[in-house]
Amino acid sequence: MAVRFDKPWIAIADGLSQLRGQMGVFQLAGEAQQVIFVGYAGGLSLHGLKGEVNQAIKDYSHAKFLRYEITTSYLSRYKEILMVHKADFGELPEHSPEVKLGRLSPAGSPAS
Amino acid sequence: MDLNLTEEQDLIIGMVRRFVREEILPLEMYLDPDADELPETERLRLIEKTKAMGLYGLDIPPEYGGPDIDLVTRTLLAVEMSQHRAGLYAPCYGTFGGAGLAQLFEATDAQKEKYLYPTLRGEKRGFFGLSEPSGGSDPARAIQTKAVQDGDDWVINGGKLWISSADKADFGLVFARTDADKGRNGVTCFIVDTDAPGFHVRRIVHTLRSAHYATELQFEDLRVPKENILGGLNKGFAIANDRLTRQRIPYAAGCIGVAIKAQEMALEYVPQRETFGAPLSTRQSIQWMLVDNDMDIKQSLWITLEAAHKAQQGEEFRKEAAMAKLAATEAGGRVVDRCMQMYGGLGVAKDLPFERWFREMRIRRIGEGPSEVQRHVIARELLGSSLR
Ligand SMILES: Cc1cc2nc3c(=O)[nH]c(=O)nc-3n(C[C@H](O)[C@H](O)[C@H](O)COP(=O)(O)OP(=O)(O)OC[C@H]3O[C@@H](n4cnc5c(N)ncnc54)[C@H](O)[C@@H]3O)c2cc1C
Repeated sequence: MAVRFDKPWIAIADGLSQLRGQMGVFQLAGEAQQVIFVGYAGGLSLHGLKGEVNQAIKDYSHAKFLRYEITTSYLSRYKEILMVHKADFGELPEHSPEVKLGRLSPAGSPAS
Repeated sequence: MDLNLTEEQDLIIGMVRRFVREEILPLEMYLDPDADELPETERLRLIEKTKAMGLYGLDIPPEYGGPDIDLVTRTLLAVEMSQHRAGLYAPCYGTFGGAGLAQLFEATDAQKEKYLYPTLRGEKRGFFGLSEPSGGSDPARAIQTKAVQDGDDWVINGGKLWISSADKADFGLVFARTDADKGRNGVTCFIVDTDAPGFHVRRIVHTLRSAHYATELQFEDLRVPKENILGGLNKGFAIANDRLTRQRIPYAAGCIGVAIKAQEMALEYVPQRETFGAPLSTRQSIQWMLVDNDMDIKQSLWITLEAAHKAQQGEEFRKEAAMAKLAATEAGGRVVDRCMQMYGGLGVAKDLPFERWFREMRIRRIGEGPSEVQRHVIARELLGSSLR
């Protein structure tokens, strides 16, 4: 698994039709494909990724793009994605809540 | 060894048992099933409680301000503290505090000031960096990370794999080869600061354990002052060995606690659940699973308490600690597996803790030295140390 989220962005509408009830992590991006939110669907999530993404796009209506990974390691992957974002951009995504994080210095440079 | 609990042991164990049942279990109903942290307000509230109970910092020796509780009692308390969903890797979510890396009690005064005391006050955290991609079972041969002296510093290059919580640590113990020709006598333990240039946590290593995860480290010309050598040049392997041996006792205790809780849940469930017109508890195959669980729990508990007792008496306990780790991790896995079976579909659902215990218990047969290595340690004690 790549440390950085390396899947291509998909338009929200296309993404929503693919989502099912699995556990996993996701990112939402604005018009310029800048990450605005990172979320996860865990053991308490109703309808898994589908439910969590639907809620997040209601909360952040300016989200235009989505990408996701299905994983049962949703907590460690969620924290890793946030730490990588912080290492690459110096701050958390616009709408990410404050989370207790460690510090990563991933090799390579941020993907687009 | 007296197998009866003293009045004092009974009292303290009762307090911790109530704490787990009245404080931890209700909180877990609202936490993610994989969580290893409490919300900060709850964490601080519960720390106040454990301090009021006089049980905060259980592993801290009394001369450093810890409550003066002997190792056998602490082992029994570790069995109690793990009896909840996160109990294997986050017993009581850390609200009983801890001594951190025990080797620091052997550090120099300056090292204690910089690393040990802040750890005891909860201001700093450390990691234990022994395993490498080249292997963790036999670190004496596998360590490839090198440290080379340069003036008053040592310069470390290499990497570590599987290191728990290094991303959140302020410092760590890193074992590096300082003399290529001396095998296990050519390994030194360095205390490294995680904010030093050249120290990198490259990634999280995702495993069956989503919380309290492991990481991969890389060292690129990481400079460490010679004052940060712990325990002397080329003496690192003894430090690693000592830590691994001592750690096997609480590691075993955690597995036993989870097994006890799983068995308690099964004993509640099988008289109520009916199939084919009769409760599960009337079926011999179910009864035998419960009997096997009880035997697994008792056997591993006695072996573990014997190891704790020997360590407490200052006797040699390497063999007993290895036996405890081996017995409890394997028994714990069997018990959780049988309980899942008795619960049917619910046993594998995230609604109940079994699936988390099952995943995390599987790691216990590998972490801190795999079962085969424990057997190897025991065989060496039985046959003589000439065995490689
Ligand atoms: C989640 C997790 C967290 C960890 N945290 C830490 C940490 O914080 N710090 C740290 O230093 N390490 C840590 N470890 C590493 C752990 O201690 C090693 O994984 C373990 O020692 C085994 O090493 P290895 O994975 O390299 O397996 P190897 O050494 O390659 O062994 C592979 C397998 O070979 C078998 N084997 C080994 N020796 C023998 C033998 N003599 N006879 C027969 N069979 C044998 C065993 O079945 C073993 O599982 C962690 C590991 C995990 C999974």
